[in-house]
Amino acid sequence: MASRTRTKGSVGSASHSGTRRSLLVLYAVLTLCALAFIFPFWFMAVGAFQSSPTSSPTDLFPTGGWTLQNFTDINARLHLIRSLVNSMVFTLGVLAGTLTFGLAAGYSLSRLQWRGRGALFAIMLGVQAIPFQLLMIPLYVQVTRTYGLGDSYLGMILPFLINTTAVFIFRQFFLSLPESLFEAARIDGASELRIMTSIAVPLVKPAIATVALITFIGPWNEFLWPFLITKNAELQPLAVALANYISNVSQTATNPNGAILAGAATLAFPVVLLFVFFQRYFEASDISSGVKG
Amino acid sequence: MTTTTHDAPVRPRRSRRPLGGVLGSQPLGVLLALPYVLFLATVMAWPLIRAVWISFQDYFFTAPTAVVEHPFVGFENYISAITDPQVQQSFKNIAVFLVINVPLTAILSLVLASALNRIVRFASAFRVAFYIPYVTASVSLIGVWMLLFSRNGLVNTILGPLAPDPSWLVNSALAMPSIALYVTWKQLGFYILLYLAALQGIPKELYESAAMDGAGVVGRFRNVTVPGVRSVTALVLILAIITGANLFTEPYLLTNGGGPDGASATPVLLIYQKGIQQTNPDVASAIGVLLVIGIGVLSMLAARTGKEN
Repeated sequence: MASRTRTKGSVGSASHSGTRRSLLVLYAVLTLCALAFIFPFWFMAVGAFQSSPTSSPTDLFPTGGWTLQNFTDINARLHLIRSLVNSMVFTLGVLAGTLTFGLAAGYSLSRLQWRGRGALFAIMLGVQAIPFQLLMIPLYVQVTRTYGLGDSYLGMILPFLINTTAVFIFRQFFLSLPESLFEAARIDGASELRIMTSIAVPLVKPAIATVALITFIGPWNEFLWPFLITKNAELQPLAVALANYISNVSQTATNPNGAILAGAATLAFPVVLLFVFFQRYFEASDISSGVKG
Repeated sequence: MTTTTHDAPVRPRRSRRPLGGVLGSQPLGVLLALPYVLFLATVMAWPLIRAVWISFQDYFFTAPTAVVEHPFVGFENYISAITDPQVQQSFKNIAVFLVINVPLTAILSLVLASALNRIVRFASAFRVAFYIPYVTASVSLIGVWMLLFSRNGLVNTILGPLAPDPSWLVNSALAMPSIALYVTWKQLGFYILLYLAALQGIPKELYESAAMDGAGVVGRFRNVTVPGVRSVTALVLILAIITGANLFTEPYLLTNGGGPDGASATPVLLIYQKGIQQTNPDVASAIGVLLVIGIGVLSMLAARTGKEN
């Protein structure tokens, strides 16, 4: 009896300390990797407020030399506020389209029986495999020549109006609601439209937050499409304006590093803050259902 | 509210609506999906057809009102695309990119996701750290990487005498690998999330019984984790291939237009340069179609990974 207990105890403590040590190693490795992922953001945040960001490791922890001059410089070149407003209009347009039409499509694909539903779902899966870049030339011709929407917000928004990933996520959330809920509402005589707006939609509020996050990063970060169709600098979103600054103007400027980092920080930090504050709406399972359908 | 309440109060499937026969039992579904269907038709299906169509024509930009004949030229655009050394170079470059980026992405994201899946404390903080580059604008992060990897940048300062000459982004042997590393870093968090979702679906008992059979950490990873996430691995490979084959912003900005001397030019960069800058949309469309065929073939190969042996 005693020997048995002892054996058991020693095995237990050995494996316990083993797990403990391996857990420590695990945390050490994860911390190192996490640092590699967030290091450029630190570099960006510090450099954006330094009068002359240089490249020695000691400059990563500056003790002085703080300034707002970089923001003044980049603002003088690309009208920071105007570019931010353009990014905002572009993003809000896409959000509005996705949260109305995308939500309706997700509901229709999950809770309503109609002819062609299966076909639409199959097409959606196929659509994800078509690279936007292949469509670039015909879309450019269509939007700028046929519709005359070059240099306009509408032209910017149109190809992104309804995010397919969002439709998948809405569909998944609506599918998870119990059928009994819908049956009860039908017995009470509610119309299908009424069931959707007053019963189903309020129940998928977390999905709306998830979709808003995922949809936000599309247009806010998009470079290629608005770059193609906006020749007018007054309409360019910040990503395009900053890219133009990086590729053209910065080569002629004497010390453009601080200005580039200030512009980069202005573009990056709204999204970073959004995802840090609302991270609970950005879950692995939702992202997965958004990609796999 | 509803006019059909009398004959079919509960089950709409059996209702005798006038349109029921044609549109299905709940025609509202058609109405709700209609904007999305129109959207897909306008910005996906139609441009897709047009892209293929243009690639077989002698196509050029005209004023919106002008009616011009675009003669059918068969495979001429494809021939001029394939025989163009710039195009050949760009496909070689993308091959270099994929060889580095795709395996690295799949391995690192699975390893980091399994590590994340084993911890409880700080798990969400680590998760956020890993996906923050993924949600941030590439233009913004390129601004940082350009400075880090420039000739007098932080990376070379730390490397000292080991710094490559010419520096990373202007070195024709290192430009494409540098971009591949950048994209792996930027996208990794997204693939970690995909793997995390898959790992949560592997039953704990499988790990326990493997441990009872004497399998160590590596053994359990190889015999339980890897087979358990096989279908997601196929998805990760396919998505990494699609993302990689569509590289534009990175060679445009990070290596200043596919430099040095075309060493990091990609097919999509050429589509932009030839199609829009040099106004040859027909040849550009042919490059696009060739690229999509290439992606299709590679994706099908990758999809085989997901099949059980």
